[in-house]
Amino acid sequence: MKELKIFDSYKDAVKDLKNGISIMIGGFGGEGGQPTNLMLALRNSNIKELTLIGNVAGISMTTGYGWTNKKEAIDQSIFFKNKQVKKIICSFPIPAKQKPISEIEKAWKNKETTVEVIPQGTLAEKIRAGGSGIPAFYTKTGLGTIVEKNKEKKTINGKKYLLEHALQADVALIKAEIADEFGNLIYKGTSRAFNPIMARAAKLTIVEVEKIIPSQEIDPERIGTPGIYVNRLVCKKTI
Amino acid sequence: MNYPKKLTKEDIAYRASIELPKNSYVNLGIGMPSLCAKYIDKKRNIRFQAENGVIGFSELADQRNLDPNLMDAGGQFLSRVPGLAFFDSAESFDMIRGGHIDISVLGGLQVSKKGDLANWMIESRGIGSIGGAMDLVGGAKQVIITMEHVTKNNEFKILEECNYPLTGEKCVNKIITDIAVMEVIKQGLLLREVAPGWNYEMIQSLTGTKLIKNKDIKTYKVIRS
Repeated sequence: MKELKIFDSYKDAVKDLKNGISIMIGGFGGEGGQPTNLMLALRNSNIKELTLIGNVAGISMTTGYGWTNKKEAIDQSIFFKNKQVKKIICSFPIPAKQKPISEIEKAWKNKETTVEVIPQGTLAEKIRAGGSGIPAFYTKTGLGTIVEKNKEKKTINGKKYLLEHALQADVALIKAEIADEFGNLIYKGTSRAFNPIMARAAKLTIVEVEKIIPSQEIDPERIGTPGIYVNRLVCKKTI
Repeated sequence: MNYPKKLTKEDIAYRASIELPKNSYVNLGIGMPSLCAKYIDKKRNIRFQAENGVIGFSELADQRNLDPNLMDAGGQFLSRVPGLAFFDSAESFDMIRGGHIDISVLGGLQVSKKGDLANWMIESRGIGSIGGAMDLVGGAKQVIITMEHVTKNNEFKILEECNYPLTGEKCVNKIITDIAVMEVIKQGLLLREVAPGWNYEMIQSLTGTKLIKNKDIKTYKVIRS
């Protein structure tokens, strides 16, 4: 049994997180669906030796990717700059353009962090499996590439597949638009991306929302993530 | 050899857009492939899908009215047109890996005569972004590569074997460049079309593998002004 905790401070919502944990960060890359305030609080907490999991590793601060106002862009670069990351698991670490060099590429070059790059669909499926009681799955993605290195292969119905293992984390930081007091979440537009699957794959799921409204006012048909997966809600404007 | 003028990125995108059949579901990669959307007549009912979780879009947003929760995987903001559907990353790749996407248009660093594609890492950089490309080349029914025919330093990009890390093996169906359109067939690369003023010999001199000459080599359609 768990109690849903509601915070009005991002700092308080992450203050008991410890060095060395694994953290999934939701969204896709860009402003929509990214738990930006929780990320800033995590940076300010100064916990170190983190393993981060997410689609990107910080492409917006050098390129403006996915931000309606390029100058405001915040991304995972803040953690690399603050030397908090031991390892990052992602699908899209760097933009194609080599200049200006991003914080992740600097940290990787200086051997401060290791980077594991996974095909995006495989990353999503590993996370879904992690939250769904599926320990591993077979996929054709990555066959004949460096992705297949050291992985078990199996022929099913005459076709070759790779075995990929599920991925879980200690904590997930995610972003939704609206929540009710049970932690039921509603997303907006293209902001779902990795958020709903990460909410299920972590021991502790912390959600940044724009607003919390009473459950009587929420349409249950529109719930994107049921509250069973949510441990903490953070919102500046509570009920 | 003196070469005629090469075509523009827009011409390549326009030529690729002709390949997209009516009523098809299409995923456009970042950069040159994403320009294809500009040349699609609405009557053709082509529905674009993006990895971040949207299908059914057709046009980009008015630059004065951008919604951070409405973008494609290339980071371009979209308009809220009727018929959109949103979903999460797992479902997005169910569509891609599950064989529901008709055509994937991607950029390329190198393509081999067998249709192997390398498009995610320049070997010397040592780090690269796979993104959704490996899932797309394995899952889409057809893969079209749009790219410049050679690098800025005139190195071949169309080769016997790719020397950059692969995105996928034997996955490319068609290559559309700034000088030629080639189809990957069992025997190798079939030269189907050339840019205005170009001929087989000129294209061959900029290609790192022997091109098969189609009986009837057409001239590449460029943007009608």
